[in-house]
Amino acid sequence: MSKKHDSDYISAKKSRQISRFNRKLTKKLEKERNDASKDPALYTTTMKDPGNVVEFDNVCTYFFTDIGTVKAVDGVTFNVPKRATVGVVGESGCGKSVTSLSLMQLLQRPTGQTVGGEIRFNIGDGKALNIVKAPTAKMQEIRGNRVSMIFQEPMTSLNPVFRIGQQVNEVLELHHPEMSEEEVKARTLEMLELVGIANKEGVYNMYPHELSGGMRQRVMIAMALACEPDILIADEPTTALDVTIQAQILELMQDLQKKLGMAIIIVTHDLGVIASMCDEIIVMYGGRVCERGTADDIFYRPAHEYTKGLLRSIPSTQNMNERLIPIGGTPINMLDLPKGCAFCPRCDSAMKICLREQPVEMEISDTHHASCWMNVKNAKEGK
Amino acid sequence: MANSEYLVQVEHLKEYFSVRSGFGKSIPLKAVDDVSFSIRPGETLGLVGESGCGKTTVGRTLLQLYKPTGGRITFDGDVLYDSGEQYDENGRLKVDANGKPVLGKKVSVNMLPYRKQMQMVFQDPYSSLNPRMTVEDIIGEPLDVHKLCKNSKERRDRVMELMELVGLNAEHAMRYPHEFSGGQRQRIGIARALAVNPKFIVCDEPVSALDVSIQAQVVNMFEDLQEKLGVAYLFIAHDLLVVHHISDRIAVMYLGKMMELADSDELNDNPIHPYTQSLLSAVPIPDPETARNSKRIVLEGDVPSPLHMPSGCPFRTRCRYATEQCAQEMPPLKDRGNGHYVACWNK
Ligand SMILES: Nc1ncnc2c1ncn2[C@@H]1O[C@H](COP(=O)(O)OP(=O)(O)OP(=O)(O)O)[C@@H](O)[C@H]1O
Ligand SMILES: Nc1ncnc2c1ncn2[C@@H]1O[C@H](COP(=O)(O)OP(=O)(O)OP(=O)(O)O)[C@@H](O)[C@H]1O
Ligand code: SF4
Ligand SMILES: [Mg+2]
Ligand SMILES: [Mg+2]
Repeated sequence: MSKKHDSDYISAKKSRQISRFNRKLTKKLEKERNDASKDPALYTTTMKDPGNVVEFDNVCTYFFTDIGTVKAVDGVTFNVPKRATVGVVGESGCGKSVTSLSLMQLLQRPTGQTVGGEIRFNIGDGKALNIVKAPTAKMQEIRGNRVSMIFQEPMTSLNPVFRIGQQVNEVLELHHPEMSEEEVKARTLEMLELVGIANKEGVYNMYPHELSGGMRQRVMIAMALACEPDILIADEPTTALDVTIQAQILELMQDLQKKLGMAIIIVTHDLGVIASMCDEIIVMYGGRVCERGTADDIFYRPAHEYTKGLLRSIPSTQNMNERLIPIGGTPINMLDLPKGCAFCPRCDSAMKICLREQPVEMEISDTHHASCWMNVKNAKEGK
Repeated sequence: MANSEYLVQVEHLKEYFSVRSGFGKSIPLKAVDDVSFSIRPGETLGLVGESGCGKTTVGRTLLQLYKPTGGRITFDGDVLYDSGEQYDENGRLKVDANGKPVLGKKVSVNMLPYRKQMQMVFQDPYSSLNPRMTVEDIIGEPLDVHKLCKNSKERRDRVMELMELVGLNAEHAMRYPHEFSGGQRQRIGIARALAVNPKFIVCDEPVSALDVSIQAQVVNMFEDLQEKLGVAYLFIAHDLLVVHHISDRIAVMYLGKMMELADSDELNDNPIHPYTQSLLSAVPIPDPETARNSKRIVLEGDVPSPLHMPSGCPFRTRCRYATEQCAQEMPPLKDRGNGHYVACWNK
């Protein structure tokens, strides 16, 4: 245990060195990002498939901290089709939130930087905005307008000193300066009604602390959807809520998705939520996508050893009277990723190649992809 | 009335906190209001319900970490606490002509000798362990308090034995809590609770803060320990699948009141109370096929504030079956056969 953790403790001199290097690097990256006069050709590209809202292509987001570089997201690739719900699951610390924050470009900067890959956001006519390269000013235009996000703890994203109505108005005023004061208020009330707040006039004049957790999350959804975004990112939207309230919020999200026709990325560690909401599932481990496929692919035909372990370890209606089978070993240390497959130290099926080389993504079917050497082995043996 | 079939018996337990209302007046918050249940030796009773419904308060009051407001608590045949209030067979408080409760004998014993037999494991494995104590001292502390070891060698051996029991490496004894993962810290807390050989442990959300892959290890450990040592658990959690997996019977609370209590499988296959029904239907099942075919019963509205409790049945404001009678009086918790208890007028 202590051996493994030694890598977390480094000398003051070494730490200063790292921090000097980091400062130089992040300064350069920040300068590039803040350059508003950047030629749009540098960050405009084309969608691989115009049917997608967003395409993540080999995205790398690192945190340059004083004790070393945390490769929180390291080569993540997946697509979000229009009107679809994509779920992202995985162990705590595997990079789920950082993936969604990369799309919003709301990383804790300057430490956190998307250093590689492309995030293509569909802006129509098959054209795409590459979010990785887009300047801050450009991002501000689409954030909250065409890409919106709701967070786990609504209290931290609602301002305690402003009334609910004012806060929703503000979003509309920012992105729709052409709207009159009355139009803005009418739209806000319409949104509050849409998210199922019965007493909309009353809530309009309330402060966040006067609302229950479920009501606050509804207000957050109203704010996020006020500008009818193309995509909504929900990071653990119901983790802080009770099951009956959770059911209300999930129902509401599905309902609004049908009405407004947006895509949803839902980030959660709750496989139950994933199974009941998602068309497509992305399983992450150690900052990478280890498997992706439809809900049926992932739950009934898992093809990565981590996914299999995860499914075995949860209580479900099938294994009520059996012992649960935990995933052995300790959760991954993101500062010290293994050379080969990130899951290798905990994997029962690990082979020599798993220690040496990162597994390549293999196509299991049109919809199903996994990065595990077992599939290559099975394919060779004709299984 | 003490029934030797049961290790723990709780009857008409009440815990009212007094909180300040806006105008400087104190008003009672009925965190636990007239809750009854019993637990057999070596059994696990699961306790579920929404946040703030009083689960933790039941556990703490049962161990008398809070002084109960009323009711009776019996442990292993001994009455630990009795407020003296009497109840008729319909569960109504007996009152005299002036509306004052008829009081019998009051009991309140010194808990110290019982602390050894009744222990508690807390929700948060990060804040419930003293960061400045080594693991050995954390686990050994209750041994010192109850003077269970003659010398330091005996103490050390016992600590090693306990660490092994919960699956911790003996080499970890001299380390501090921050050096451990969440699952390992939860094991330390459990080893500490087991140090005094308890017959009964209140486990307050012991796996809620843990990642799913670690949760399974801890659930298995609880089950193994029960098999080996025959301890009984009151297992509090909000994850219904985990509770179903670990419990023999499950009790469902809503706003301080007991709504339903039954055998785990029975409760899951045949929930009777409208609240339990919606609670179970709201649990997202980790299986796409089941998810496609199941119909969620989505409850309207929010949980009322415990300070403005509805009259009669507290669930009536969100209940599809509510009638006039529900606003008048709280339904009694009645056995519907096979020990399936339900408190509802209309189901
Ligand atoms: N601001 C930061 N500075 C340094 N490291 C960070 C920062 N934010 C995140 N990380 C690291 O990046 C990794 C991925 O974090 P992330 O928040 O994406 O995890 P997650 O999958 O969302 O986990 P959880 O389920 O606990 O929310 C973690 O190892 C985390 O420690
Ligand atoms: N010491 C206290 N003083 C005043 N009120 C309290 C105290 N402890 C708890 N309460 C109140 O009593 C009610 C029940 O709380 P309790 O902590 O028992 O709920 P719970 O079911 O354990 O909830 P959770 O699932 O959130 O842990 C709540 O309304 C709470 O605010
Ligand atoms: S690649 Fe190897 S180590 Fe990784 S999950 Fe597959 S079998 Fe296990
Ligand atoms: Mg997260
Ligand atoms: Mg609690």
